[in-house]
Amino acid sequence: MSTNHPTTLLAEITHRCPLHCPYCSNPLEMNRAADEMTTDDWKRVFAEARQLGVLQLGLSGGEPLVRPDVEALAAHARSLGLYTTLVTSGVGLTRQRAEKLREAGLEHIQISLQDSDRASADRIAGMSAVPQKLAAAAVVRELGFAFSINVVLHRENIDRVGEVIELAAGLGADRLELANTQYYGWALENRNALMPTRAQVAAASDVADVAIQRHRGRMQILYVLPDYYESYPKPCYGGWGRHYLLVAPDGRTLPCHGATHITTLRFDSARDRSLQWIWEESPAFQAFRGDDWMQEPCRSCPRKAVDFGGCRCQAFALTGDATNTDPVCTLSPLRGIIDRAVEESKGPPIYQYRYLSLAPAEGGGDGATRRE
Amino acid sequence: MALTATSVPALWRFARLDFDAVRQQRVLLYPEGVVLLNATGASILDLCDGRRTVGDIAAALQERYQCDVTADVIEYLSKLVERELIRVD
Repeated sequence: MSTNHPTTLLAEITHRCPLHCPYCSNPLEMNRAADEMTTDDWKRVFAEARQLGVLQLGLSGGEPLVRPDVEALAAHARSLGLYTTLVTSGVGLTRQRAEKLREAGLEHIQISLQDSDRASADRIAGMSAVPQKLAAAAVVRELGFAFSINVVLHRENIDRVGEVIELAAGLGADRLELANTQYYGWALENRNALMPTRAQVAAASDVADVAIQRHRGRMQILYVLPDYYESYPKPCYGGWGRHYLLVAPDGRTLPCHGATHITTLRFDSARDRSLQWIWEESPAFQAFRGDDWMQEPCRSCPRKAVDFGGCRCQAFALTGDATNTDPVCTLSPLRGIIDRAVEESKGPPIYQYRYLSLAPAEGGGDGATRRE
Repeated sequence: MALTATSVPALWRFARLDFDAVRQQRVLLYPEGVVLLNATGASILDLCDGRRTVGDIAAALQERYQCDVTADVIEYLSKLVERELIRVD
């Protein structure tokens, strides 16, 4: 089967992060500092990615700025012609580092915010990071980077989406991504605490629709709908292994964030194999290309060319079979799994915070709030 | 806002044109996005410098293509205006 050129590489250069957001897209079992690839490893991976056709690079984590080599990696990426985004919490983005990143040719910085309300933001992040984030935003703006703000929406903050939009506009963001939580990794663990109500989702969508028009030309607002409230699944990353790849801190290379849920696949490492081999030859990347793998109702469905059967990771995580239709789809016989999850999610949000040293199956510790 | 022959289009300041040696193709890169360009699209965008009008751009291309391309230029750029990759003063 012929393969596309990928356009985008997300480089999760570390899983270390000072924040503990309960919706983190990192896997539950995270890499430690000793597992991380070296600067030279990452430079080789970026060069291989460019050779494969990648044009967009995300330097992400964890918090990428916990590594001292982000500036060197950004400079290398620029020398290869990649358009690079630093995906950061803002913590650690001092003026000095921001100036070095500008000199390195970094073009775009995305800072996460947790909420417009400071106490709530602290509670969601599991730490007090707001002053550092606001200072970082001011520096990013002043130095002339393309500046995005990303806010993950969920039950605790979605009612303030209007205030969040005004906060982002006041900080001078060029882009604002309002992303309803996708339930993978830590977010799936915390689904009952994070899931908004249908009424909350409808109200927030109305606010966002108006704001998108009002801010047009100054701040571009992207509003990502929550798929559990949709009738059809999302066309995840434009299809499995078609445009996107992600390299984890230890080199393990995935077609998307959620792929670690699919325990029946083995994902090769960029330490052992070339990115080209992984993209073109590895069994994991070939597993769900095309539509030969599909079952009914996808196989005979005209929407298979639109959404590719939805998300393989969600299908596996929720139904136990990655070749099933994404259960978000109302044509799926297993849609009841989604409807029950929506119904069961209520009450005050009690989070299981993201900690590197605390896999959910283990005992308590680290001061994390456990879900009973 | 509809584009006319007197509009002055410019690339969004965070978008840049490049040549992709892998695809052997011109590309438009911007935050979180890529547009793979055909030769005609690239030749239009090369002229979107924030000084030329749509009419100027069409006239320059008319010499190359030997026909009136004003409507094509407007149609092409309107799609990029909608995506906010082309800004018009």
